[in-house]
Amino acid sequence: MIYEHSRKGRRATAQAPREQADLSGIPSALRRETQPRLPEVSEMQAVRHFTRLSQKNFSIDTHFYPLGSCTMKYNPRACNTLASLPGLIGRHPLAPETHSQGFMACLFELQEILKTVTGMHAVSLTPAAGAQGEFAGVAMIRAYHDARGDTERSEILVPDAAHGTNPASAVMCGYKTREIPTGSDGDIDVDALKSALGPQAAGIMLTNPSTVGVFERRIKEIAELVHAAGGLLYYDGANLNAILGKVRPGDMGFDVIHMNLHKTFSTPHGGGGPGAGPVGVSQRLEPYLPVPMVDMDGGDYRWLTEKDRPASIGRLSAFAGNAGVLLRAYVYARLLGREGMHRVAEFSTLNANYLLKRLMEAGFDAAYPERRASHEFILTLKRQAKELGVNTMDFAKRMLDYGVHAPTTYFPLLVPECLLVEPTESEAKEELDNFVEIMASIKQEAETQPELVIQAPHTMPVRRLDDVRAARELDLAWRGDE
Amino acid sequence: MPFIPHTEEDIQAMLATIGVEHIDALFDEIPKELRCGELNTIPPGMSEMELSRLMQARARADGQPLCFIGAGAYDHHIPAAVWELTTRGEFYTAYTPYQAEASQGTLQLLYEYQSIMTALTGMDVSNASLYDGASALAEAVLMAVRANRKSKSKRILVPRNLHPVYRKVTRTIVHNQQIELVEVAYNSESGEIDKQELQRYSGEDYAALIIPQPNFFGVLEAADELTDWAHANGMLAIAVVNPLAMTVLKPAGEWGEQGADICCGEGQPLGAPLASGGPYFGFLCCTQKLVRQMPGRIIGRTVDMDGKPGYALTLQAREQHIRRSKATSNICTNQGLMVTAATIHMTLMGSEGMQRVAAASHANTGKLTQALTSLHGVESVFDGPVFHERVLRLPIAANKALRALAAHNVLGGFDLSDDYPELGDAILVCATEIISDSDIENYRGKLERVIASQVETPCQLKPDW
Amino acid sequence: MSNTPTDRRYAKSHEWIKDEGDGSFTIGITAHAQELLGDLVFVDLPEVGSQVEAGSDCAVVESVKAASDVYSPVTGEVIAINDALDGAPETINEDAYGTGWMFKVKVTDTGSMDGLLDADGYDAVIAEEE
Repeated sequence: MIYEHSRKGRRATAQAPREQADLSGIPSALRRETQPRLPEVSEMQAVRHFTRLSQKNFSIDTHFYPLGSCTMKYNPRACNTLASLPGLIGRHPLAPETHSQGFMACLFELQEILKTVTGMHAVSLTPAAGAQGEFAGVAMIRAYHDARGDTERSEILVPDAAHGTNPASAVMCGYKTREIPTGSDGDIDVDALKSALGPQAAGIMLTNPSTVGVFERRIKEIAELVHAAGGLLYYDGANLNAILGKVRPGDMGFDVIHMNLHKTFSTPHGGGGPGAGPVGVSQRLEPYLPVPMVDMDGGDYRWLTEKDRPASIGRLSAFAGNAGVLLRAYVYARLLGREGMHRVAEFSTLNANYLLKRLMEAGFDAAYPERRASHEFILTLKRQAKELGVNTMDFAKRMLDYGVHAPTTYFPLLVPECLLVEPTESEAKEELDNFVEIMASIKQEAETQPELVIQAPHTMPVRRLDDVRAARELDLAWRGDE
Repeated sequence: MPFIPHTEEDIQAMLATIGVEHIDALFDEIPKELRCGELNTIPPGMSEMELSRLMQARARADGQPLCFIGAGAYDHHIPAAVWELTTRGEFYTAYTPYQAEASQGTLQLLYEYQSIMTALTGMDVSNASLYDGASALAEAVLMAVRANRKSKSKRILVPRNLHPVYRKVTRTIVHNQQIELVEVAYNSESGEIDKQELQRYSGEDYAALIIPQPNFFGVLEAADELTDWAHANGMLAIAVVNPLAMTVLKPAGEWGEQGADICCGEGQPLGAPLASGGPYFGFLCCTQKLVRQMPGRIIGRTVDMDGKPGYALTLQAREQHIRRSKATSNICTNQGLMVTAATIHMTLMGSEGMQRVAAASHANTGKLTQALTSLHGVESVFDGPVFHERVLRLPIAANKALRALAAHNVLGGFDLSDDYPELGDAILVCATEIISDSDIENYRGKLERVIASQVETPCQLKPDW
Repeated sequence: MSNTPTDRRYAKSHEWIKDEGDGSFTIGITAHAQELLGDLVFVDLPEVGSQVEAGSDCAVVESVKAASDVYSPVTGEVIAINDALDGAPETINEDAYGTGWMFKVKVTDTGSMDGLLDADGYDAVIAEEE
C-alpha cells in the first residue's frame, strides 16, 4: 500500500509550484480545515511503488492473453506515440476550428474508414465505450420510432447468449427486454424470434459472429423478419474483428451498430479502459446520431452540433468523446490500410480454428463441434468437471501458473463450464502450440493430482481470494489507523 | 504484414491441421451474397515512418496557442513520471482485472485510487471511475432516483449555473427513463444559485438537488446551506466538484450537517492531458449507505486462502454482467488507464503539492482578472468568490474578440453568449498554475489591441498569422 | 430423506410461505435456493407497509457471483421484515427455514395462494431440476 510508505512531511518537491500562493480570496467558511490525506512519499518511492505494482499484472505486452470477446491483440506503440504529439495532446477541447484542422482531419478520416469497413451510411465517434455506443444505438432506435409516432414499441429483443450490457443498455433507454433462445447449433431460434416479433418490439440486438463464437447464418432472413415487423436491428460490434473486410453489418441488414475500437482497432485496454464505441447507422437513422461529429466542407473541417442536427439524441460526454483513443485507432487503421483490414479477420480466424482443432485433438470438447469457429470459440469442460472434479475456474487459475492469462470463463452462461478462447491475429503459431501443451498438462494434472489444479494458482502474488469476505466486510478505502 | 507474425510455412501447416486449403474457406458459413469486395475507399497501408510525417504535420497545423480556456478542461503541469509509468505495458495493455490473482497491480492501484478520492471528497466510498464528469453526473442522477426511496418523484433540481454540456449530457442519458430535470436560476449579481428562487421548491417532492462547486462561472456556492436545504426538503444532495478545488475547499462529505450524499465530477485536472477532451475520467463517490446503488467497478480489500491481503472486484451483483436488465448501469469498460495516471499524479503531488497548484491557479486567475479588467470596458460580471475561473464582459462582440485573439495565437476564453445570452458579450476565463505573469501581460496587450481595432474599424481586422 | 418442512407451502421459484395463524404469513427462500446461490453477501428486503403481488419480485438475494430476485408467493401488505439479515445475510445459508426468514405479509387475497406446492410437491420440482 502506498500509504505505508507515507511519512509526514515527505514530498516530491520538484513537482509543486515553489511557493504557496494566497488563498485569502476564498472565504474561510468555504475552505477545508484539514489537509486531505494523500500519500506523502518521495518521487523515487512513488516510481518504485507503481513500477512494482505494474509487475503484478498480466498484460498483452507480457503474456498470451486469449480473453474471449475482448480481442487482446498487440497494441502498436506508434499509436500511442503519434496520438501524443504536442499539438494533439495539448489541444484544448474547446479550441476554435482554426486551431483544430489537423485533429479534425484525423477524426473525419476515421469516420470515413469506419463507414466503409462496416457498410454504414454515417458514423459518430463520440460514444466513450461499447456500452455507451449501445446506449446511443438503442436511444436512436427509440428516437426513430418516436419521430414516426410509433410509440407503442416497448421491448428490445436480445438473445439469451447476449452480453449483459445489451439488456442493461436497453433498460437505460426505457425499454423492457425479452430473451430469444439460442438453438443447439449456436444460431438463434428463428421460430422463437418470429413469435416474439410484433407491434411491441422496437428492435433486436445481435452480435455476429455471436457470443457463442459462430456466424449467425440466417442473418438475412432475421433482418427481413424484424424489418417486416417494423423493428430495427442493432449490431453489437464486440466481434467485428472476426469479419473485418469480409462481410459488413450494413450489408447484413443492420440499421445501427457500435464498434469497440479498443478491440477491433487495437487501442489499449488500459486495465479496464478507456475504450471508444463509435456508432454507425443506416440512412434513416442518420438524423439521430449523437453529436458532435466532424464534417468537411471544401477542404475545411467543422463540427456538426445540435444546431446542424436538431433531431440528434444529444451529447454523451462533455466534449467529443475519448479523442485520444480515436487518434490511436486512426493511426492503427492507417498503418493497416485497406489491405490490412481483411487480414485481421483472416488471421484471427485462422488462429482460432487452428487452436480449436489442436485442442480437440488434445481431448477437449468444443461447445459447437459442427460449426466453423469465428475469431473465437467455446470449449466446455463439463466432462472434466464431472469426471475429475476439476472445473473451469480451476483450469483458468492453473493457467496463470503456466504464464498465460485465462480465457473468458463462464460466459456465455448458456454453455456449462465454458471457456471462451480468442487468440487474435497477432499471436504466432508457436504461442498457440504452447497453449495447447499447457491445456494438455493441466488436464493431465487434473487426472493425476487434482488438488494441484483445484488449489491453483501457486505462483501469483496472491492465492485465490476470499470474495465472500470482500463483499460482506466491505473494505473499499484505506482508513489508516482509524 | 503489419502486426501479423505468420510465415507462409506457418499458414500452410495450420491450414493442414484444420483441414482446409485456403484461409478463405474458413469463412464458408457466411452466405456468399453477403461477402464484401475490396474496400477501395480506404487508403492503402502506410509505414510507421510515412505515417509519422503525416501526423507530425497535422499536429503542427493545430499549433500550440496560449490557452486561457477552462470550462471543464484545465491545463495543469503533469509530472513526467506520471505517463512514463502509466504507459508501461503492464498497465497500458492489461484489461479489466477478471483474474484477480494475475491483476493485483491494477486492483491494488484502483483501491489506492478509491482511498485517495474518498480522502479528497470526504465521502465514504468511491467507485473505480466512469467515462467523464458529465456522464458521471448522469449516473449520479440515476443513482439518486433509485436511492431516494422517500421521494416518489423522478424530478431533479438542476441549477442553470451548472456546466451547460453537463446538463445536456444528463438529459440525453436520463430522459428515456422519464426523469425530469428542472432548472433553478442563478443570482445575477453573485453568480451563485439563487436562494430565493430555490425557496419556491421548498416542500415539494424532488429526488435531489445538484450542487456544483465551483459552478460553471467559477463562482463558489454556499455548499453548507444548500446541502442542509436539500436534506430538509427530503432531497439528496449531489455535489459536482472540481477535484483540484477539493484540496483547498471544504470537501463534499463535510457539507452542512450531514454532508453531500453523492459527489461526482471530472477527473481530468488530476493528471490527464487536455488531449482534445478525452480520454478523461469521471469520478463518483457516495455515502456508505448508498454503495449498492453505485454503478461501475468497485475494488475491495480482502485476504487470500493463506490470509494474505489482496484485492478483488466486489459488489459485482450490481453490474450488467450479472444483473443484466436490472443492473445499476450498463457501464462495463471504464477509464482505468486515466485513473492509473491520476493515482500516480496525486501520489507524486501529495496534499501539499496539490494545494499549491490549487492556490497558484486561484491566484493567477485573480491576476488575470485584474489585468484584463484594467482595460477600458472590460468588467467582472459576478461578485461572488471564485476558484480559478471568472466571467468577464467585453465591450465588443465576444465571438469576434475571441476570433481575433485566436488569430494572434491566444485562446482568450470560452464564449458564453450561446449558453447564457442574458449575460451579453461575456467570456469565461481561466489561468492555472502554468500561466506566467508574462502570459497574462501578453493576453492583456493583445486584448487591448483587439478592442481598440474593433471599436475603431470593426470590419477590417485581418488575422495576423 | 427430504428435510423440507411440512408446515408450510412452496413456490416453484423457491420461496416458502408459512401461515402464522394470526392472519400473517412469513416468507423466505428454500434451503435448496440458498444452496444454488452459495454464500449470500447481501439481502435487499421490501419496505414495511409496501404492497406485494403474487408472482412479482419484491426482494433480492445476492451472492458473490449471482443476484436472484425473490418473488412474493402471495398478494398482500408487508408488515415486518427480518432486520437481522442486514449485516448477517449468511443467516439464510445457515437456517433458511427458521431465523433466515425474510418478511411477513398480511394477505389480502387468499386466492393468490392457490397453486402453491406442499413439501412433497416442491421436492418433486427440485428432483426434476436435477
